[in-house]
Amino acid sequence: MDALYTVTIAMIAGALRVSTPFLFVSLGECLTERSGRINLGNEGVMVLGAMVAYAISYHTGSPWIGVLVAACAGALLGSLHGAICSLARVNDVAMGIAIMLAGTGIAFFFGKPYVEPEAAHLPTLPLGFWSDAPQVRSALEVSPLFFIGIAAAIVLHWFFRATRIGLRVRIVGDSADAARALGLGIDRIRLLATAAGSALAGVGGAFLSLSYPGSWNEGLSSGQGLMAVALVVFARWNPLHCITAALIFGAAGALGPSLQTVGVSKGYYLFYAAPYVVTLVILAATVKPGRSLRGMPGELSIGR
Amino acid sequence: MSSAAQASGQAASSPAAAATDRYYPVRRALEAIVGPLAALLFSAVGFSIFLILLGKSPADFFALMWKGAFASSFSLQNTLQRAAPLLLTALCVAVPAQLGLVIIGGEGAVVLGGLAATVVALPLDGAWPPLVQVAMGLAGAAAGAAWISITGALRAWRGINETVASLVLAYIGIALFNHLVEGPLRDPSSLNKPSTYAIGDANMMGPIPGTDLHPGLAVGVVACILCWVLISRTSLGFSMRVTGGNLRAAQLQGLPVQRLIMLACVIGGGCAGLAGMIEVAAVHGRANASLIAGYGYAGILIAFLSRQNPLAIIPMSVLLGGIGAAGGLLQRRMDLPDATVQVLQGFIFVAILASDTMQGRFAWFQPRAKG
Repeated sequence: MDALYTVTIAMIAGALRVSTPFLFVSLGECLTERSGRINLGNEGVMVLGAMVAYAISYHTGSPWIGVLVAACAGALLGSLHGAICSLARVNDVAMGIAIMLAGTGIAFFFGKPYVEPEAAHLPTLPLGFWSDAPQVRSALEVSPLFFIGIAAAIVLHWFFRATRIGLRVRIVGDSADAARALGLGIDRIRLLATAAGSALAGVGGAFLSLSYPGSWNEGLSSGQGLMAVALVVFARWNPLHCITAALIFGAAGALGPSLQTVGVSKGYYLFYAAPYVVTLVILAATVKPGRSLRGMPGELSIGR
Repeated sequence: MSSAAQASGQAASSPAAAATDRYYPVRRALEAIVGPLAALLFSAVGFSIFLILLGKSPADFFALMWKGAFASSFSLQNTLQRAAPLLLTALCVAVPAQLGLVIIGGEGAVVLGGLAATVVALPLDGAWPPLVQVAMGLAGAAAGAAWISITGALRAWRGINETVASLVLAYIGIALFNHLVEGPLRDPSSLNKPSTYAIGDANMMGPIPGTDLHPGLAVGVVACILCWVLISRTSLGFSMRVTGGNLRAAQLQGLPVQRLIMLACVIGGGCAGLAGMIEVAAVHGRANASLIAGYGYAGILIAFLSRQNPLAIIPMSVLLGGIGAAGGLLQRRMDLPDATVQVLQGFIFVAILASDTMQGRFAWFQPRAKG
């Protein structure tokens, strides 16, 4: 029973930490995909965001400025993706992978001097104050970015449901013909949605370097940006469901290390793969030949 | 999908003119060469500006790059060794692309192919090495083919998008690989870097007889040529291209679309699995995390840069292998971080992919009517 308690606490702690970057990057990917475009480049955006946030925090001493600049760097790289993809005959899947490699390369290039120094980290909220157990206290040291992420998901949901611009993003994403008939600037809306989505991914990257794992090195991101595509499918393009998806994917990733705390060191890679299997099963169960997944934007290149 | 969009874009020039213009095939081939070359030049100029801003000399940079990639037999070998897996992983994208499929899960096929090859080699230890290598190759190709054909089957019979399915399956494949390498198949003596048992020095593939060249290169080049023959010189390849051009037309013609999808996935996955086997048999000697080196993702880009033409994959892979190979020399001589080559590769990828938009924009490359 004691072991179970330890694992549960470690897993909750891990899930809260690991899920935050997943949440931001999947919200960003969700916004971009709802406008009808896929961005695999968010992986590169995250790594660049992590590096920029760490460097800025080191130089200015303020991690929050780091987060802000990381969002700007993400928006910049995202608008590059958005601008090139709006040219005719450019494939958005391939372009995303090119942006992923370019972003990672630029981050490693300029990030070399920041591997050694120690930058100021983001503060955490001690939500475990009510407990005497040190485990619980350290487990509930939650980053404020986690709550900002949840707020962002709610705002994004409201944005899609209740605002004029949100409706326009959805129209552009569901039917370019309808958007053209309404006189909407398709390329401009997609460009802005890609830039804003990448800004969110950049914040996710900033969490990686400034909160957890909390340092800058070349092995920092383990593919969260690419996984975001699976998370968004899992969440059926709904920002609120992105929270659930991020928590589930985060918990699956946290299970391995938490099992290690009680001496179980084998087999956890299979748990790690579990959410991906579930994503695949969701796809297989809900897609019928000739019909696309419910909730999937009609203009998405991966939907056809 | 993508090729369908490209085909409809190119069809803007009239087919009648294409039939009367004898030089049109030459013009078309020239367009396919000039476009990427111009983009390459553009990215070199862009990168030079980047270097000047950093206070480094672009002339020194490109001279050193040439030296580190192609000038000596040692650097050429390094280049070709890096190019070999890329040839095969690019085929994993280019062959299904003929049917309009965008498969981005080659990474999973590479690692599982490498693992299967190792597993087959272990009990055969002591057998005649060429036999062991053939068995390894077959096992690697079979594992890769099986893995990508899951994606193909989901696409063909359930209508699930192959891009998402292959990406998700790549992660599942890598997790499976990690589980097996760190669990049941682990050599207990590999402490810092969990690995399987070694396949033994006798079973390692040496250089191509009579040369110093990496054996995977020959396999990759032969595979590219075979795929090119299949795609552009056989009726099977023609049916694939018809399906990619217009799915509905292919179905009305009675082409076995589902079986074609499976075939393309088996060929592509087999190539990627073979890449994993060669990495094990010629470089690492055992399966471990070194196999997860991003060859699958680099292969996607090379396939797109080659416009899904298997013959164009050969020079593209050598070019990118060369840029990677020069990294060490650049780091030592010019005091640049080793990620410099990644930045240059990023410039090249973005420029060449963006140059696709110029296809068909210049009248000179289009067929012209007589008179």
